[in-house]
Amino acid sequence: MAMNTIGRPTAAVANDAAAPTTFSGARGLLQPTSLIFETGSIDRTGVDLPPVKGVKSRLGGVARTTSTGNPGLSEPEAVRHYVRLSQRNYAIDLGMFPLGSCTMKHNARLNEKMARLPGFADVHPLQPVSTVQGALSVMDQLSHWLITLTGMKAVALSPKAGAHGELCGMLAIRAALDAQGQAHRRRVLVPESAHGTNPATAVQCGFIVDEIKAAPDGRVDLSDLKTKLGDDVAGIMLTNPNTCGLFERDIREIADLIHAAGGYFYCDGANFNAIAGRVRPGDLGVDAMHINLHKTFSTPHGGGGPGSGPTVLSDALGPFAPVPYVVTRTDGTLDLVEHEVDSDGEPFGRMVAFHGQMGMYTRALTYMLSHGADGIKQASEDAVLNANYVQACLKEHMSPAFDGVCMHEALFDDSWLEGTGVTTLDFAKAMIDEGYHPMTMYFPLVVHGAMLIEPTESESKASLDAFVASMAGLAKAAKSGDTARFTGAPYHAPVKRLDETRAARKPVLKWSPPVEANKIAAE
Amino acid sequence: MTTKYTKDHEWVSVSGDIATCGITAYAAEQLGDVVFVELPNVGRIVSQGDEVAVVESVKAASDVYAPVSGEVVDVNEALAETPEGVNEAAETTGWFTKLKLTDPAELDALMDRAAYDTYLAGL
Repeated sequence: MAMNTIGRPTAAVANDAAAPTTFSGARGLLQPTSLIFETGSIDRTGVDLPPVKGVKSRLGGVARTTSTGNPGLSEPEAVRHYVRLSQRNYAIDLGMFPLGSCTMKHNARLNEKMARLPGFADVHPLQPVSTVQGALSVMDQLSHWLITLTGMKAVALSPKAGAHGELCGMLAIRAALDAQGQAHRRRVLVPESAHGTNPATAVQCGFIVDEIKAAPDGRVDLSDLKTKLGDDVAGIMLTNPNTCGLFERDIREIADLIHAAGGYFYCDGANFNAIAGRVRPGDLGVDAMHINLHKTFSTPHGGGGPGSGPTVLSDALGPFAPVPYVVTRTDGTLDLVEHEVDSDGEPFGRMVAFHGQMGMYTRALTYMLSHGADGIKQASEDAVLNANYVQACLKEHMSPAFDGVCMHEALFDDSWLEGTGVTTLDFAKAMIDEGYHPMTMYFPLVVHGAMLIEPTESESKASLDAFVASMAGLAKAAKSGDTARFTGAPYHAPVKRLDETRAARKPVLKWSPPVEANKIAAE
Repeated sequence: MTTKYTKDHEWVSVSGDIATCGITAYAAEQLGDVVFVELPNVGRIVSQGDEVAVVESVKAASDVYAPVSGEVVDVNEALAETPEGVNEAAETTGWFTKLKLTDPAELDALMDRAAYDTYLAGL
């Protein structure tokens, strides 16, 4: 048999040499990218349409005569541009995404399959209701699940994100106060540890924000709350579990106090993943709460998809729920109440032009139906267990902000970094080198140099162990004086350490063509 | 000229009936690099403890409270273009507002330098 003995070598040769700089600027599979405006050129196009003949412009003097300035690219150039960018992205589909307060859980592929069914994906918001009975049924069933899980009376599905849901809830509170002749109630109590959107929403609705202090254990200071009650209080906005990852144990008393003072209780539902299936907010005295479908019920977010923030409302606020909502007619068919006049309540108006995020409704309902009530409960329990596992494993390396067990997120402060020359920001940058999206940092504000880790139930024990080992390794490196690993990080990311200060002080928000290109375009 | 300090880390320096206000060097250091300062309109009347300005750093946005009551008679326009002035000299050229005092007695309840230093040491 003839053997080819002069072909390519089959064994790798040991090579300790530093990687050479490439002539192309690529680093193996990582291709260089420039801005699409720099890639494009006026002499290229992705479409080749014949000139339109025999059509007289009716635009008159307003017809554009100059170039729009859009870059010209062939289709492969355009596709490559975005694929290259996407390869620089971090995503939950790529690795663990422990971003606290964001519940970056896995979005099951079954959800995607259902959302792509033509009957859901291709419906038009102006189609006759007789032709979208299936879609309306999804909305109706989703409403039922949300009302049941929260123990509330009504739900407005249409808000398009968490903060939009907050706006919906607070507008309902304002409508209720106005209807009772209590329009003078304008003060809204917001704890120090609140999500920034809470005070912003209150102000947007014309309320005045009054901050409630946190007690040393990271929860609402009840005595401070009591001193701030009065007949000008419209309500309280509270997150439970709060942003410190702690359950507000006094929540019933807080609800009773606020109700006794004539106000309403808005609960920020961003952290519902810690309690879904275990606690019904309605039983805690909540009057309004938004639910981030894109967090708790797994629909994609963080650049992966639109948000959706249905808002559940209590008996007292239900009548003010905005249109549209789904109702069952006497003949069993489903219909949409679109106008205030054909509603039996007193809707404060509407939040969106049409009906909200149909794709998100379908994904969330798929999640609910595939998990079942027991599965949703278990998901919450596992999320809490995972967070506590992370907290327990990292306790000896880092400093937990508060003693005791946490809910679905583990919060550390930066006291353990004192004297190392490494800050929370540096530590987060080093996590990028380790292949993890950093945790939430410097939030909540009540904890110094906060690091907020939310693993969610999506991670297996093996995945958590790998994460913990990486974090512990970094912690040891920081304490042993290996500061360069942190202050220069990230070393392995496609883009190195950015000057965040300069970016914020002198932001460049618009691309301007170089002068030379301008001249050519003008010719 | 007397300079007093608040627990929220504002300083106020009084000359005649004009109080120059800013945030302390400690506050500036805690905030990190300041990237944006929002100042009130001249003529606004503020009460002690009112939000009078907003300071934003790479870490967080924080309200700045009026250490005393008064009318805003001047603001440090330079901070709009060069917010780093707060980090460079928080307690001098990095001032935020000048207020015309309406109740000088309010100053008595504020901390002097020694008391503020003791307060900082306890944080």
